[in-house]
Amino acid sequence: MTPYKIQDQKETRAGFGAALLELGKKNPKVVALTADLCESLRMDAFAHAYPERFIQVGISEANMISIAAGMTIGGQIPFTGTFANFSTGRVYDQIRQSVAYSTKNVKICASHAGLTLGEDGATHQILEDIGLMKMLPNMTVIVPCDYNQTFLATQAIANYNGPVYLRFGRPKMPNFTRLEEAFVIGKAQILKEGTDVSIFACGHLVWPALEAANTLQENGINAEVINIHTIKPLDIQAIIQSVQKTGCVVTAEEHERNGGLGDSIAQVLGMHFPAPIEMIAVNDSFGESGKPMELLTKYGLDTPHIVEAAMKSIGRKK
Amino acid sequence: MHNILIMHNLENISSQVRRDIIRMVSDVQSGHPGGSLGCADFFTALYFDILRYKPDQFTMDGFGEDLFFLSNGHVSAAWYSILAHAGFFEVKELATFRKMGTRLQGHPCTHDGLPGIRMASGSLGQGISVGIGAALSKKMNSDDKLVYVLTGDGELQEGQIWEAALFAASHKVDNLIITVDYNKKQIDGPTDSVISLGDLHAKWEAFGWQVYEMNGNIIPDILSTMKTAGENTGKGKPIVILMHTEMGMGVDFMMGTHKWHGSAPNAEQTERALSQLAETLGDY
Repeated sequence: MTPYKIQDQKETRAGFGAALLELGKKNPKVVALTADLCESLRMDAFAHAYPERFIQVGISEANMISIAAGMTIGGQIPFTGTFANFSTGRVYDQIRQSVAYSTKNVKICASHAGLTLGEDGATHQILEDIGLMKMLPNMTVIVPCDYNQTFLATQAIANYNGPVYLRFGRPKMPNFTRLEEAFVIGKAQILKEGTDVSIFACGHLVWPALEAANTLQENGINAEVINIHTIKPLDIQAIIQSVQKTGCVVTAEEHERNGGLGDSIAQVLGMHFPAPIEMIAVNDSFGESGKPMELLTKYGLDTPHIVEAAMKSIGRKK
Repeated sequence: MHNILIMHNLENISSQVRRDIIRMVSDVQSGHPGGSLGCADFFTALYFDILRYKPDQFTMDGFGEDLFFLSNGHVSAAWYSILAHAGFFEVKELATFRKMGTRLQGHPCTHDGLPGIRMASGSLGQGISVGIGAALSKKMNSDDKLVYVLTGDGELQEGQIWEAALFAASHKVDNLIITVDYNKKQIDGPTDSVISLGDLHAKWEAFGWQVYEMNGNIIPDILSTMKTAGENTGKGKPIVILMHTEMGMGVDFMMGTHKWHGSAPNAEQTERALSQLAETLGDY
């Protein structure tokens, strides 16, 4: 069984907001910008404590990204906050030219990613953002798995010099990692060791991956669970080492199959160590209105589907 | 004071910049000569009189210096020429313009480390926002120097321009001077026939900006207007200068048309163009 237990249910976005407030205390160069979603991004504590370093841009995301890029000149460390949809697709060209190509130290912090945004529906439930961001040269892409890890990741990216996309979500979800655990950008986190199948997950799907490993254990299957919180740069060595041991793979993410974590892992396997892979992801479809957990189940992004995928992947081993 | 200024007046410098533009674009048979020629006098006045900077100690942060951002990145030939003559890099590097491996990319970028450039541009509409960001950063650093941006007029058709216009007035970004290259032409034709900009002066005023106008092809007018603009920073309003220019200025057959926005002269046209532009500082 995994050594991880649910400590409480918390929003990943709240982890972001709490860390931003901490950064305000520690680093006078950290500035925060929002496009009329201050409270939704849980940036209100920072805005209240450091009004001189908080910039309300209004509903103009393109302007926000370019302003953030300009603010790096003179040494500020801008954190932009809006929904993942408006942090990526809506402002792709601004990010591409002024942040990624110009290698500016902008932290693009994106909440309400994926299906778990819930009732607002498909217009806001972006499932393509990881792909959009990982395609950009110079961009680091981070998808923490719970409140604690989002708290740590937010602080870690302030100390990293370069463009970062940080993706998190809206609802309260299991908080199970520990604040004492080191968060290292680009280093995969082995949550449970195993020998029969490697489950690579990110974001809200990491806890279901651990649950799936428990279920598999009850059936005599020893799954390895690895949290790929950094999609780019990918920890290729950790992935290969795990698959050399287990011989088959499941990936799990709250994102389109095209362009997501699974697609990155499949590339590693194809190039370095061919092995069966099953992908838990949204398959070329938009989302819809509903409650977060209902939607995850409907779209097959839950514990039973990960268990099933693991069995299938194991069955495909030669 | 620049050494060049001991020997030459600003008109001489802009003549050489125009020669450089024609030779650079002609050499690679690509680039944007029309707008570049129209802006040559502005760049000359800006870099040899207005801006306070240290060309031999270029830093990305530019603490204690005025900053300039080019939003309409396609007039890169003019910018590269003036940066070279102002001492950011050797003039002979202009010969690499748009060639593989060059730091003088078709559109300006920071990627290859060319001194003088702090942000990539080319995809239009972003420079004013970038300038706002840099201006805010200067205020946070208690740096009293200014931020300048040049933008095209066709570029004002981009929606982000007006997001930036709203923001700068709302946030009282008053250490920022935008210049619009108002040549009334764009790649598909006269601006009025593509998408009319209407009364630009009234539009900027309605957005809460301090508006000036100048003739961007008369250097004394550029200098006096830019100085007035500079004196009116710090008064709670962002500043925009509508700079009336002639696309293709200095080369008779390139003026009065949009045809030379993005096309290069052939050998015979190049010769004709160069015959109208005095070589003052020596060709690269």
